[in-house]
Amino acid sequence: MTSVWLVIAALALATAALKLAGPLALGGTPLRPGALSVVELLASALLAALIVVETFGKGRSLVLDARVLGAAFAGVAVWRRAPMIVVVLGAAAVTALARLLS
Amino acid sequence: MEGTRERRRAGIRRGLPFGIAVFAISVSFGVLARPVMGPVAPIVMSILVFSGAAQFGALAVLIAGGGAGAAIAAGVLLNARYLAMGLALAPSLRGRAPSRAAFALPLVDASWAAASRGDGTFDPWYLVGVSIPQYVGWVLGTAIGVLIGPRLGDPNALGLDALFPAFFIVLLFEEVRGRRRLAAAAGGAGIALVLTPLVPAGLPILAAAAAAVAASKMRS
Repeated sequence: MTSVWLVIAALALATAALKLAGPLALGGTPLRPGALSVVELLASALLAALIVVETFGKGRSLVLDARVLGAAFAGVAVWRRAPMIVVVLGAAAVTALARLLS
Repeated sequence: MEGTRERRRAGIRRGLPFGIAVFAISVSFGVLARPVMGPVAPIVMSILVFSGAAQFGALAVLIAGGGAGAAIAAGVLLNARYLAMGLALAPSLRGRAPSRAAFALPLVDASWAAASRGDGTFDPWYLVGVSIPQYVGWVLGTAIGVLIGPRLGDPNALGLDALFPAFFIVLLFEEVRGRRRLAAAAGGAGIALVLTPLVPAGLPILAAAAAAVAASKMRS
């Protein structure tokens, strides 16, 4: 149980430090254009990586399971401009249904 | 120029649908975390860490039987993007250090993307506004998940593990505009797929940043 509280304390401090490093170290100073264009692209790259890992990853292996159907539903729903809550709960419902039927 | 209160209020309106979705996701975090962390720790974690990626990442390591060190490493790597987001946000913040810190701490993915003006600058009050419903939803949802969890049975049978990728799919769809961002996303997904079997959890996601560096060399 102590290790759980250690994880919480470390992640709280590290997350705050990561968020604050830029604004406290260089408030008001513009980034170089090259660095700025990398930063603009980071969210796309990391979000795509998170989607892939959360959809196919199981520990250190890749698996195809019911989550894939949920993610596919989310992809189509987002593309058809469904509201966020529909996308998210629909993906869970599709995944649950696929597990129930399999 | 609109007043700060109007900007913040507009941000809160923009953040409400995020807050509702984040609520659903944090209910699943509370449900999944309780058997591993007990009833109080998941709620404290949501109050202090306020980060879906890091909390789910660390929880996944603990569920898999990993130690505190591995769980912390996974969470920090998953949140390393905040360093880049903070660097991008920094030039848009004015004032003394405490005031800049107050704008930077509520930073989360959806708020960062929503507050981007598209020219590399950000609207700080709007960013804070978008974060408010998400923070409320995140903490409240965790508490409810912890409370109802023991009565639900197997959370995976309810598809709760599919909530998280779906949330990121929504964020990515709003983010990907133009050829370079599409290339960064495709590259990031490819890197994560290839590295997942090869390196510890969290690293594939950090390594995906290389795709952003590569895509930045492309002409827009």
